Amino acid sequence: MKHRNSKIFACLLLPLTATLTASAIAADPGPSADRGKILYLTAGCKHCHGTVGQGSAAGRRLAPKPLPAAAITQFIRANGTNMPAYSEVLLNDAAVADIAAYLGSIPPSAPADSIPALRDPTKQGK
Amino acid sequence: MLAADVGSAATDVNTASAGCGSDFMLDVIKSLQIDYVFSNPGSSFLGLHESIVNYGANKAPEYITCMHEESAVAMANGYYKAVGRPAATICHSTVGLQHAAMALYNAWCDRVPIINILGNTLDLTKRTGANDWRHSAQDPMAMVRDFIKWDDQPTTLQGFAESLVHGYKIACTPPMEPVAIVADSELQEFEIADRSALTIPRYTPSVPPVGDPGAVREAARLLAAAERPVILVDRLVRSAEGMQKLVALAESVNAPVIDLGSRQNMPTAHPLCQTADGRSLIGQADLILGLEVTDFWGQINQFNRITKVSRAAADPAVRLITIGLNDVYLKSNYQDFQRYAPVDISISGDGEATLPSLLEAVNFALTNKRRSVLEARGASFRDMHRQAFEAARQAAAVGWDASPVSTARMCMELWNAIRNEDWSLVSVGASEAFVSNWPHRLWNFDRHYRYLGYGAGGGVGYGLPAAVGAALANKALGRLSVNIQCDGDFMYANGALWTAAHHRIPLLTVMHNNRAYGQETMLIQSLSNRRNRGMTRANIGTEIDDPPINYAKLAEGMGVWSAGPIIDPADLAPALRRAVEVVRQGQPALVDVVTQTR
Repeated sequence: MKHRNSKIFACLLLPLTATLTASAIAADPGPSADRGKILYLTAGCKHCHGTVGQGSAAGRRLAPKPLPAAAITQFIRANGTNMPAYSEVLLNDAAVADIAAYLGSIPPSAPADSIPALRDPTKQGK
Repeated sequence: MLAADVGSAATDVNTASAGCGSDFMLDVIKSLQIDYVFSNPGSSFLGLHESIVNYGANKAPEYITCMHEESAVAMANGYYKAVGRPAATICHSTVGLQHAAMALYNAWCDRVPIINILGNTLDLTKRTGANDWRHSAQDPMAMVRDFIKWDDQPTTLQGFAESLVHGYKIACTPPMEPVAIVADSELQEFEIADRSALTIPRYTPSVPPVGDPGAVREAARLLAAAERPVILVDRLVRSAEGMQKLVALAESVNAPVIDLGSRQNMPTAHPLCQTADGRSLIGQADLILGLEVTDFWGQINQFNRITKVSRAAADPAVRLITIGLNDVYLKSNYQDFQRYAPVDISISGDGEATLPSLLEAVNFALTNKRRSVLEARGASFRDMHRQAFEAARQAAAVGWDASPVSTARMCMELWNAIRNEDWSLVSVGASEAFVSNWPHRLWNFDRHYRYLGYGAGGGVGYGLPAAVGAALANKALGRLSVNIQCDGDFMYANGALWTAAHHRIPLLTVMHNNRAYGQETMLIQSLSNRRNRGMTRANIGTEIDDPPINYAKLAEGMGVWSAGPIIDPADLAPALRRAVEVVRQGQPALVDVVTQTR
């Protein structure tokens, strides 16, 4: 597994994770949803894609059922869209795998029909 | 008879009992049936101010106390879009107009008529001190002339009457725009020597210009024959009749309508309202009809912000037709005329006024055989509409319980609280995209006044005062006004809340408090990535989070009922229910919601 110390990882992840010790990271057991969540929330993803990957007018929905880590990596390295590309320096492959793990850990939302405010939005006003 | 007595000027009016210049000026204003003047007080229009509150008894027009001239003009902007009649603003000479300039630019980009009156002291021998000199100008309107339609600085009272009525007419003739008239301070305070010599000219509205009949027939023929037509609309509809005609036009050929959102043009529940699939439909179209679309080029092309490269979004063989007044009224300096778009037929005419003849010509061009062919394509749009709505409904459920509150939940809890009222979404600030367009994806915008558009010039500080002005108009119409308020925009002009409290203006404001200038956060992040510098400092200058602002307390401090900041989404619905009750009772209310970025 590649060392996870990308620029963002170094600047943001380590200072913000009281629970993640250096030794735990060094053990490097593989993609971590916990680390991925912190990265996701600090690396700029949340602004366009929402804190739980729900998407917005500025970025597509990412969760639940995210793309595989390899596909995410391929897309964010270079894409023809208005989304900013993330180089290996900014977010290395291991960090992307962590983010993919976080997105994969997000449970499916309740169906719209189970939410009163979404049950019948077409109801006419006055 | 005084114009003040009759409230209108069907014929020329003799002003025999007007004692001073500003009384006469007020009679002129009253003759135009202007209900409100939005203003922040200033010494250059003392005379007119005193006449409004005493001679005119502060009725029609009523003086609305504003905390900033930018707010005053933005209120007039929102007021017009709600009621369809212009209001007046009065600004304090050089300094007041400089404050007002941003909002005038927003109104100019929005094609909104506003009658802006400006105090000034032209005669240097009448200036009472240093401040009068600072607050006087030789040509005061020079700095805003690039983004108002007309201005004048009359030097007699009779000249003022003619210029104000003339300016009103110019402002209200499509393309509608703000105008500005100087009310010279000396003329205001002038004792009228020969009152019987002063008259108020009769106001005769102009019939809006209609597209050339031959060109309209040709456009109709092409539209009727097209296999995959698309109708693009922007600042088209300003009345219930306009919306009905647009629906009838779309139904006549079963063409999808893409509503670009500067006005509520197409009912969102109509199957032919296909805004959600706009880009895809444009790409497949064999004919695109643009009705009052300012940025037509931007619709038929796509521009990559990062590479700065554009490409055609439409088929090269597509037929392009535009109807509107973009080519009739232009100014060179400020670039809101947008990029030049070569088209096949360009019809200069007011879009809404041209709709009846276009519809008639389309119906004439359609044979029975053609009608039956066109009926078939309506079914696919019904399916697409249903699918887009269902997809949006399911998408809104994702992150429903997240904190900060998702914009989907904020908007849908709000919809749930208001949908049984006669509501109007009077403002969403600079763009509905800031809340991911949830209202237009899932609410039922079934009337033209359900939505009043956004701040057209992109000048921040539009949202709250425009909402207050619109709510003032809606108060008389019995409509519940709703404002989705971005936090950054709020901090430009939050004094407008006090105006709402002071004048008992019922307005429900829901704070989209994402604690950032969200758009700029994204743009800085994007550029940082392109330069391979990372995003760790993208919050500098873009976050509004240290300390976080408590908008509920700010509102409370200005006498406005408030709730929040709401962090747990479960607290939102009860707070909104209470807020709606407050607004129903005729008062403003604010619910502060801590939200996701978009």
